Amino acid sequence: MLTVHHYLVLGAILFTLGTIGVLTRRNAIVIFMCIELMLNSVNLTFIALSRHLGNLDGQIFVFFVMAVAAAEAAIGLALMITFFRNKESVNVEDFNLLKS
Amino acid sequence: MENLVQEAIANVNFAAIMPSLVLTLFGMAILLVSVFLPRGSTTPVAWLSVVALVVTGFVSLGAWNNPEVGFYGHVALDNFATFFNIIFLVSAALTILISDDYLRREGYPVGEYYPLILFATAGAMWMASGTDLLTIFLGLEVLSVSLYVLAGFFRGQLRSNEAGLKYFLLGCFATGFLLYGIALLYGVTGTTNIADIGMYFAQNPAYISNIMTLGGVGLLSIGFLFKIGVVPFHMWTPDVYQGAPTPITAFMSAGPKAAAFAGFLRVLLLALPALQPEWSTMFWILAVLTMIVGNVIAISQTDIKRMLAFSSIAHVGYALVGLVAANEIGISGILFYLLAYTFMNIGAFAVLVLAGKKGEDNLTLDGMAGFGYKRPFLAVAMSIFLVSLMGIPPTAGFAGKFYIFAGAVEAGYIWLVVIGVLNSAVSLYYYLRVMVYMYFRDPAEDFGWVKMPAAAVVSIVLSVVGVLYLGVLPGAVMEIAKLAIF
Repeated sequence: MLTVHHYLVLGAILFTLGTIGVLTRRNAIVIFMCIELMLNSVNLTFIALSRHLGNLDGQIFVFFVMAVAAAEAAIGLALMITFFRNKESVNVEDFNLLKS
Repeated sequence: MENLVQEAIANVNFAAIMPSLVLTLFGMAILLVSVFLPRGSTTPVAWLSVVALVVTGFVSLGAWNNPEVGFYGHVALDNFATFFNIIFLVSAALTILISDDYLRREGYPVGEYYPLILFATAGAMWMASGTDLLTIFLGLEVLSVSLYVLAGFFRGQLRSNEAGLKYFLLGCFATGFLLYGIALLYGVTGTTNIADIGMYFAQNPAYISNIMTLGGVGLLSIGFLFKIGVVPFHMWTPDVYQGAPTPITAFMSAGPKAAAFAGFLRVLLLALPALQPEWSTMFWILAVLTMIVGNVIAISQTDIKRMLAFSSIAHVGYALVGLVAANEIGISGILFYLLAYTFMNIGAFAVLVLAGKKGEDNLTLDGMAGFGYKRPFLAVAMSIFLVSLMGIPPTAGFAGKFYIFAGAVEAGYIWLVVIGVLNSAVSLYYYLRVMVYMYFRDPAEDFGWVKMPAAAVVSIVLSVVGVLYLGVLPGAVMEIAKLAIF
């Protein structure tokens, strides 16, 4: 029997995986994919809680998160392309112009 | 079904979103206008944007003492929102005034720059007037997405690309934390409405120490603290501030920072007053860390933009002191301080915008040697802004710090104030050093490239007037700030 706890734990695991991915990966696109994983784990949490609580606020929130994630993807990939044009790389180790 | 539609229509209240609505419509119209103008002629667009901001300013002022709520309690245009709206509009207007000539000098006279600033401002307004975590999140994203583009606006410049991409990756990362925090809070309380969350915790104190509540508040705070640039979530600030186009750096350090403060203040004071002992302790530590790290690292910087980035971190630390106090004078002191900071920081960046060569590699301490003899007006203005950033009377920076520290003393945080004042003393070193280079070094160059476009001069003069007015007669604005808090 699957309860809300299972979904919440799955959401937490996915969120942690996404966080670890952002911190350890070096390719900007992979990092962005990990961020998307974090956002989707949030969506899963919202939907599970919405079902558990019996109100729709959480599901509506998910629609907005998806719309925002799409907008972020559009901007983010464009920024990566402009960076790639000048540097021919999207590796975060090549983000080395600005530092202390 | 019919009843639902009627109910929904009854909850639509355009008066509650009028300022951001006007600004967004202007933004879209200006975007269209800029398409039809010949390439490279962005001056009309800039002036239209200033008109849009002024009109929105009057619309916002009409809402003072005349609060409106609407959309099922998702938006409230109260005094708090109006005060912040004015901060955003002032910062956007000062930024646009210094931008036009700068964009032409750097070779990117592109019209969509101005609508993007207007959209970012509209997003900031949503954050300040959002009374639901959903509205605050949407405002934050409209603001951030516009800023990601603006930070990476100089497409051919690797530095700007890098700043945009870094800001984007770290900003999205922080958004993830913010959202997860909202989800957990929603799980505990069953609502995302700020007032309802506050009511829930008032009625069910047992849930305050729930692990899910604490986790949710922690993650939510990480999201906001990142946007504000509090240590240890400040790593992006210096890089992005240094790499972004200078007017955008000026804007980011004032408007969006104030917006994040607005959203955070509303959440903390209305949704989470029950957890005040917890977050007070947390901000005590973070305020001390932020002040010390910002000031100490700023000392070793030679690039002035980067130095001002670290100084902006330190200033966030001072503002957090008011949040620790969380009394009337402390919170209204934050509002006052954010307004004062808008004038002094955008002013300082405006001088840098004019002093820079194409590419801006000369904005270092050595590059400013002798600036005071060659460009006396700009150097005097810069000195006023720096004195204000130090917090020396009779400038706005002193009045702001005075109110915030007075609030902390009243709340009994004497040691925090001592640390804050000591930090201000440390900051004298790196601000004064810029003045020393400007006035006591022989000029290596004649600064012949420095032009004085009327719009930028207007912006600098307005900033000087703002800094001196808030410094000499802070009482009137402080009274207004006291009316603006909850």
